[in-house]
Amino acid sequence: MGHLNPFPADTLDQDQRRQVEALSGSVTPEQARWISGYFAGLEAGIARRSGDSGLPAGAAAALRTLTVLHGGETGNCGGLARAFAAAAADQGLVAQVEDMARYKPRRLREEQDLLVIVSTHGEGDPPQPALDFFEYVEGPKAPKLPQLRYSVLALGDSTYEHYCEAGRRLDRRLEALGATRLAERVECDVDYDETAAQWRAEALALLVAQAGAGCEVSAPADPSFPAAAAYDKRNPFPARIIDKLTIVGRDSTKETRHLELDIAGSGLVYQPGDALGIVARNDAAVVAALLDATGLSGDSDLTVKGEPTTLAEALEGHFEIAITPPRFLDHWAAVTGAAELERLSGDEGKAERQNWLRNHHIVDIVRRFPAKNVDSATFVAGLRPLQPRLYSIASSLSAMPDEAHITLAPVRYQLHGEARHGVASAHLADRSEVGDTLAVYIQPNEQFRLPEDDKAIIMIGAGTGIAPYRAFLQEREARGATGKSWLFFGERNFRSDFLYQTEWQAWLKDGLLGRMDVAFSRDRRGKAYVQHRMLERAADLFAWLEDGAHLYLCGDAARLAPDVHEALISIVAEEGRLRREGAEDYVRALQRGHRYQRDVY
Amino acid sequence: MADAGTFIDRGKDLSQPLDRLSPDERLKKASNYLRGTIATGLLDRITGAVAADDTRLMKIHGMYQQDDRDLRDERRRQKLEPAYRFMIRVRLPGGVCTPEQWLKLDDLARAHGGGALRLTTRQTFQFHWVLKEEVRETIQGLHEVLLDTIAACGDVSRNVMCAADPEDSALHAEVARAAREVSDHFLPRTRAYHEIWYGEEQVASSGAEEEPIYGATYLPRKFKIGFVVPPSNDIDVYTQDLGFIAVAGPAGLEGFNIAIGGGMGRTENEPLTYARLADVIGYISRDRLVAATEAVMSVQRDYGNRVERNRARFKYTIDDKGLGWIKAEIEARLGAALEPARPFRFVSNGDVFGWRETESGRFNRTLYVESGRLANRPGRSWLDGLRAIARAHRGTFRVTPNQNLIVAGVAAEDRAAIEALLAEHGLAGGGESAIRRNSIACVALPTCGLAMAEAERYLPDILGRIEAILAANGLAEEPITFRISGCPNGCSRPYVAEIALTGRAPGKYNLYLGGGFHGERLARMVRENVGEAEILSVLDDLLGRYARERRRDERLGDFVERIAYLASEQQVPGRISPII
Ligand code: SRM
Ligand SMILES: Cc1cc2nc3c(=O)[nH]c(=O)nc-3n(C[C@H](O)[C@H](O)[C@H](O)COP(=O)(O)OP(=O)(O)OC[C@H]3O[C@@H](n4cnc5c(N)ncnc54)[C@H](O)[C@@H]3O)c2cc1C
Ligand SMILES: Cc1cc2nc3c(=O)[nH]c(=O)nc-3n(C[C@H](O)[C@H](O)[C@H](O)COP(=O)(O)O)c2cc1C
Ligand code: SF4
Repeated sequence: MGHLNPFPADTLDQDQRRQVEALSGSVTPEQARWISGYFAGLEAGIARRSGDSGLPAGAAAALRTLTVLHGGETGNCGGLARAFAAAAADQGLVAQVEDMARYKPRRLREEQDLLVIVSTHGEGDPPQPALDFFEYVEGPKAPKLPQLRYSVLALGDSTYEHYCEAGRRLDRRLEALGATRLAERVECDVDYDETAAQWRAEALALLVAQAGAGCEVSAPADPSFPAAAAYDKRNPFPARIIDKLTIVGRDSTKETRHLELDIAGSGLVYQPGDALGIVARNDAAVVAALLDATGLSGDSDLTVKGEPTTLAEALEGHFEIAITPPRFLDHWAAVTGAAELERLSGDEGKAERQNWLRNHHIVDIVRRFPAKNVDSATFVAGLRPLQPRLYSIASSLSAMPDEAHITLAPVRYQLHGEARHGVASAHLADRSEVGDTLAVYIQPNEQFRLPEDDKAIIMIGAGTGIAPYRAFLQEREARGATGKSWLFFGERNFRSDFLYQTEWQAWLKDGLLGRMDVAFSRDRRGKAYVQHRMLERAADLFAWLEDGAHLYLCGDAARLAPDVHEALISIVAEEGRLRREGAEDYVRALQRGHRYQRDVY
Repeated sequence: MADAGTFIDRGKDLSQPLDRLSPDERLKKASNYLRGTIATGLLDRITGAVAADDTRLMKIHGMYQQDDRDLRDERRRQKLEPAYRFMIRVRLPGGVCTPEQWLKLDDLARAHGGGALRLTTRQTFQFHWVLKEEVRETIQGLHEVLLDTIAACGDVSRNVMCAADPEDSALHAEVARAAREVSDHFLPRTRAYHEIWYGEEQVASSGAEEEPIYGATYLPRKFKIGFVVPPSNDIDVYTQDLGFIAVAGPAGLEGFNIAIGGGMGRTENEPLTYARLADVIGYISRDRLVAATEAVMSVQRDYGNRVERNRARFKYTIDDKGLGWIKAEIEARLGAALEPARPFRFVSNGDVFGWRETESGRFNRTLYVESGRLANRPGRSWLDGLRAIARAHRGTFRVTPNQNLIVAGVAAEDRAAIEALLAEHGLAGGGESAIRRNSIACVALPTCGLAMAEAERYLPDILGRIEAILAANGLAEEPITFRISGCPNGCSRPYVAEIALTGRAPGKYNLYLGGGFHGERLARMVRENVGEAEILSVLDDLLGRYARERRRDERLGDFVERIAYLASEQQVPGRISPII
């Protein structure tokens, strides 16, 4: 053992530890001194709040507990929760940050001020890790919460049908349980920065005002301190592409790529299961087509987030210009006054809106409902900022130091007789070469983690869903892990689409990978999907689960995930001789015990 | 030459304990009569291949695991395994099949064989490009028309060849019958094939030897038997391990001259391997055919080298033990001395094209099939054409040892219809040069795992260039045998051709000249590892000289031999004969 672990296990969770590590790697000695002062100040605050400070007893009693409870899948809510706590600390308030994944819902009855930040996933569902929490809160056992004051920040994506649904549900339910709204619910689209900041400011202002005279607010932290130097979503690292290959054979109906990125010197650290965020740009040709449709000049001046730029540049680098968010529909209806658009954006159009938007991307709407004399600023007012895209990391740092690999399935489709391409995937597939750089950051995923080395794992994935398992096995190989492993993989054709085939074969040969079952849905013979293979192996699969195996599912959320989930329930029912409800409980218990983890998109 | 009774070293043959023998011997022994783990390997979905050991066993079942070499490097970079496919070789003694069988072969080729059938130099069909999961179906399809692939490859008696004889005499029919008899008699008896490919139940072992002739380790190496009817030497009898030269009397077939120890295969830079022509050792009467075959084959079985696989062919056993000793051993097993060989005469080892009337008054039509590859290509819908013919035809089809095809036994009144179909599908031929009609190319790239250079795919180009030289020298109508192999193994029997190329590396070949026109003499290597420019320049000189200096009716091979002889006094001894 080389050196002492500076963070005893129970002090910080993995996430926190990583952040501290990343931070300590990047700060100057001067900054480090500042930070230690900052934390010392915080500690004083904590001591004060827990009552063993030198403060008069009355003052302490006047203080209310403050918890920021977050629930999400891809880390946005967690990030906002921590930002909230930091901002609260600036105001002298100490906020406890809790993740719904681990939060004991019974504690709700003791909470006083609760700020909830929650996203929506699946088709309007709560995030996976928050399912238990929702079940409890929405269920009959939930206590009355008259003592509670709360506010909900709901994250979502307005292109989904059930926008911010989980946040709405929670907001309604807390009210029904007798809690008081501290501030109105705020719903954020994928460009949540500003909206979230407004909600935070409002909530903090109310909290501080309430904390009132009795509370000695500590001095706000020095606002001149720069944001952490570590690269993140706001400040992505330019990673060089060191390899880029098509990894499907000739005649494939797919064009899956494998990309290797150099992250040396970035200080970026990831674990198997994490994703790589990539900030892409729109295709200049798509921008040109859109400009053409609007009749606007790409050279027109424009200010975006206070920065002067041109319309062309803004459309290429700052806005989503393909798929249409409802806000653009509303906006364009107002700009053009087109009756059809107004109908669609109004209540009457609700039923068909979702589908219509899917089939009418921005350029299609602009072409069909041209606006006269619209200026650049007006045009972009309906657009959402360009979002980074996530890609499961297909490598392990232990095996590939300084590299991050991803497996990319380019998105291509036809719309209105035109070939269209996904923004990020086409950027990666068509418009970047080895040697180019991509703006990247790490998106941790605590909900998709390898267990201890001696635990068995069952990995299920289709298509690019295989990516994190390559990371898993690289990691296990590097660590000399002894746990058994079993991989289920599905794609279209055996001969062309068996992603990373030779690597799995090598791992099967040396025993690191114990079993592998594959299903190909478009082979002439034996068409099958992964769930069919699982069902064929039901007895063994159940035995593995009974022996404590951890199960992973990664890939397509719409088709793969429900089918596999269903297969799992029937396997448990059949092999465990349980009724359906019993089997569902069994599977839920697996999820609760973090033995069934999903990363679906 | 050693005589009977001389000390014979048995340190490398069957008498030795298994652990002293080559890995292939141990594998055969441990395979439970060729079962190995083939059946489970077919079910493995992680790979399109079978286990390495099973690939060796499967040869005796008549199939080779291969991969598309054109894609090998590309797929390696794609992190995909090689594009594994199987080559399946039909057992077809004497190369004869019925129209019904043809139609099935055609179906299977279209369904599983990449839309092509390959006629081989040993008179049979090969399917290429068969996927692992479709091998069984292919074999079962063949079974429906009573065809199989047993012993088409591997360390056993291979597809027995028999003169294709377009004249189709009664004598030929008798010889063909003899060939089938030998083929049947020496077929492996293991039930492994039926179990694995037809799904038959494994029958409880009766305790009896499963392979009464071969034993559990079969032969040390492939063993090739062929029957020839002079004056045509189409099967190249001197290249067979065991050749039977038909001897006829007034009453038809009387017996055979026996030739032993032929073989082409050699390995570059291994002087202990070489091409060898068979020696005619005597004569046997027809009724002793099977006994004689068993005597010869059993000598090779018992004395063949099972330690060094590259020295395991019968030709090396003969050279190691001495021809005299081998002959004596054969005679001892036969229980009688061989009679002295009867006289015979060969004139050519090529095919005769076009229509020929047979003794029975029917007609045979020999078709030129470039490199034996039957497929549908623009302007040459050969598969379609032959399918149409098979639907109408009442005779047989016959594959020739030169990779060509005979539509045999056509009634006079059907000739016109068949000729019309041939014309319609670009099969009628006739426009090819004489050298092209006397050419053979082995398969080589992209399927053959041993190929070092192109052969089949290069043949049309290189011949076009040689044809230009021939035409310039007024030799366009001169029959010259040209054979190209993608490696020194010599599947096109290049070492008996008048002009031959054997592959060394992409675009690089050894050039051989001077083989006998009827396969009676080995060619000599005149250039080693050279490219096309050098090859053409040598041929340009040679053919110019040949046109100017040849004697009347002198064959190119004989001419080369004569000038080599004349030049020999000035030559530095060495492997290469730079006669030109
Ligand atoms: C198809 C055919 C060539 C053709 O274009 O027609 C052929 C093709 C192959 N031969 Fe051959 N041989 C073919 C006739 C021959 C002949 C000619 C003959 O038998 O009359 C020879 C020379 C005679 C001889 O045996 O010496 C021949 C000598 C070899 C050898 C060298 C053997 C040796 O003793 O060194 C090999 C390599 C080996 O066995 O190790 C070989 C091996 C092969 C293999 C199976 C390659 C391999 O071992 O992986 C080739 C498959 C290529 C492919 O993709 O199809 N093939 N091979 C012929 C099939 C005959 C048949 O139907 O059974
Ligand atoms: C946690 C996570 C992990 C992921 N891991 C991977 C991974 O490992 N590999 C990978 O390739 N991807 C992965 N993804 C998906 C990836 O992030 C991107 O969503 C994907 O690459 C598409 O992005 P894009 O910018 O190319 O397409 P976009 O520009 O975002 O386009 C996609 C959109 O196009 C529209 N569209 C698609 N087809 C049609 C159609 N036929 N008609 C009309 N509209 C259509 C849809 O609205 C769709 O949402 C992951 C996602 C998540 C959330
Ligand atoms: C697979 C998937 C499904 C989603 N489904 C919805 C949805 O139904 N409704 C919605 O408003 N947002 C949906 N979103 C958008 C997320 O809520 C949004 O990206 C949010 O910022 C994620 O926050 P988190 O990282 O904390 O989970 C979905 C996102 C993903 C990746
Ligand atoms: S001669 Fe060589 S290259 Fe040609 S088929 Fe035979 S083994 Fe293959």
